[in-house]
Amino acid sequence: MLELSNVSVKYGSFAAVKDIDIEVEKGELVVLLGSNGAGKSTTFNAISGLQKPSAGDIFFEGKSITGLSPDKIVQAGIVQCAEDRKLFPQMSVHQNLIMGAYVHRKKRKQVKESISEVYELFPILREKKENAAGSLSGGQQQMLAIGRALMSRPKMMLLDEPSIGLAPLIVEQMFEVIQKINKDGTTVLLAEQNAFAALKIADRGYVFESGSMVVKGSSEELLANDTVRRAYIGA
Amino acid sequence: MGAYLKKRGWMIGFILLAVVFPFLSQNDYFLHVLTLAFIWMIAVYGLNLLAGYTGYLSLAHAGFFAIGAYALGLLTVKAGLNYWIALVLACVITSAIGFVVGLVALRTREHFFAIYTLCVGYIIYLVIDKWDSLTGGVRGLIGIPAPTAIGPISFETPLSQYYLILFFLLATILIMYRIIHSLTGRTFIAIRNSEDLAQTIGISTMKNKLLVFVLSTFFAGLAGALYASFIRFIGPDIGYITIIFDFLTYLLVGGLGTLAGPIVGTFLIVSVSQSLQFLQDYRMLIFGPLLTILIIFYPRGIAGAYLDFRMKRQARKKKSVPSKQTSYVQQSQEDEEKRVKEG
Repeated sequence: MLELSNVSVKYGSFAAVKDIDIEVEKGELVVLLGSNGAGKSTTFNAISGLQKPSAGDIFFEGKSITGLSPDKIVQAGIVQCAEDRKLFPQMSVHQNLIMGAYVHRKKRKQVKESISEVYELFPILREKKENAAGSLSGGQQQMLAIGRALMSRPKMMLLDEPSIGLAPLIVEQMFEVIQKINKDGTTVLLAEQNAFAALKIADRGYVFESGSMVVKGSSEELLANDTVRRAYIGA
Repeated sequence: MGAYLKKRGWMIGFILLAVVFPFLSQNDYFLHVLTLAFIWMIAVYGLNLLAGYTGYLSLAHAGFFAIGAYALGLLTVKAGLNYWIALVLACVITSAIGFVVGLVALRTREHFFAIYTLCVGYIIYLVIDKWDSLTGGVRGLIGIPAPTAIGPISFETPLSQYYLILFFLLATILIMYRIIHSLTGRTFIAIRNSEDLAQTIGISTMKNKLLVFVLSTFFAGLAGALYASFIRFIGPDIGYITIIFDFLTYLLVGGLGTLAGPIVGTFLIVSVSQSLQFLQDYRMLIFGPLLTILIIFYPRGIAGAYLDFRMKRQARKKKSVPSKQTSYVQQSQEDEEKRVKEG
């Protein structure tokens, strides 16, 4: 479904990502593991079009999407749920969700349906729908960020560190929800530092280290891999 | 719903006051000053849409104001067109030039955008000042006709001009209100918030920025055209840099990115500077420090400060209802319970 071949991204002369190859099949849940600055977010930005790759090609459903503008990529069916739960803080929860359906803004009925689907997935958002997004707790903001991404009815969702800065209990909920979204038919590409929790729900994973891909394999393989265990799980 | 009515309250008050003002005061001078203030308000609304709601501070708007004024002046005086056709054309011409400028200017961001548009504004001023054969240069353009009568309604008296310009101002406010409360308006706010974020949810930022730029030049042009037919004489000064800083002061004092801001700021500064007339240029000695203090303590201007005050009061009301203040852990436990309950 998604294929990155030999993708490199440079900031000035600094190569943030070098020669990355990633392949994600339809319906999979794939995780990118790596510490801060390993190149996960840069890879995401390259896929979602925010950052143009300096080399390599990105294909989505067989077509090249390299260099397309971000809004075209959202229309093609890839949505990025950015790091740090970026929301529109002064807009209400409801308005944030409506903004998420921007590419479908003409299909009012569908937008309504999507909103009630999101509220079913995150009942707390329905309760808080008139509250300003900035007034929500960290976990609720992350739910809203994911909910807003779902509003575009993506075929594929890029989730950048959804567990960052959240209480352990909430992290667990978050991963359950991500698994559910995946089971409901959305392909998920997940970037995480929380390797153990991520690998528990993922099908496969790639491990990044300072801009390069060092290990790849199925979740079981990675959980058993010594380097991965030492670096990310601490056992 | 109550909040909705409250929001409209100030607007209804303003409209009523503006409509009955001529009956309260027979002073033609006040009427003249107020009519001028209405014209500035229209231009400041245009600037507000771009600088306040979208986050792009344009310093070219005095230039677009002058383009609107000169377009109307030239079309009526030199081409002899009907006033209303000229008015429409003046707005179209300003927007068209705005479109071309926007195509280039919007590739820059933040202070680079401000600097670039400052240059554009100055170039527009220079062109008007130096293109003697077309604009009359420093001598300006004299004899611009007042709006021609529509049926039985003529616009020769100051009073009728007052109402005509009030009509345009109200139309501007209505349009602004509709834009800001539509998805398009929220798209602009989303761009101000974070352009990257706006892009990741599928907004074509360039298209929307261009739209807002053209819209805001349209209103600058409209204000300019109305100015030309109200004062009936225009010189290159109206495109000079001091004018954009006037607009900006009105907007900053009133409140960037608020619907009431342009009215509040323009009215306040215009009336204060009129009543300090006797101080001549020393007025600025009072204005400068006042403005600085305002910006430091109320960066969102008077209207913004009022909105913040109301929000805080509402928040306090909510909090005083049975101790809703929960710690983060409690909050998360609540969430968990709700999740379990609801499936």
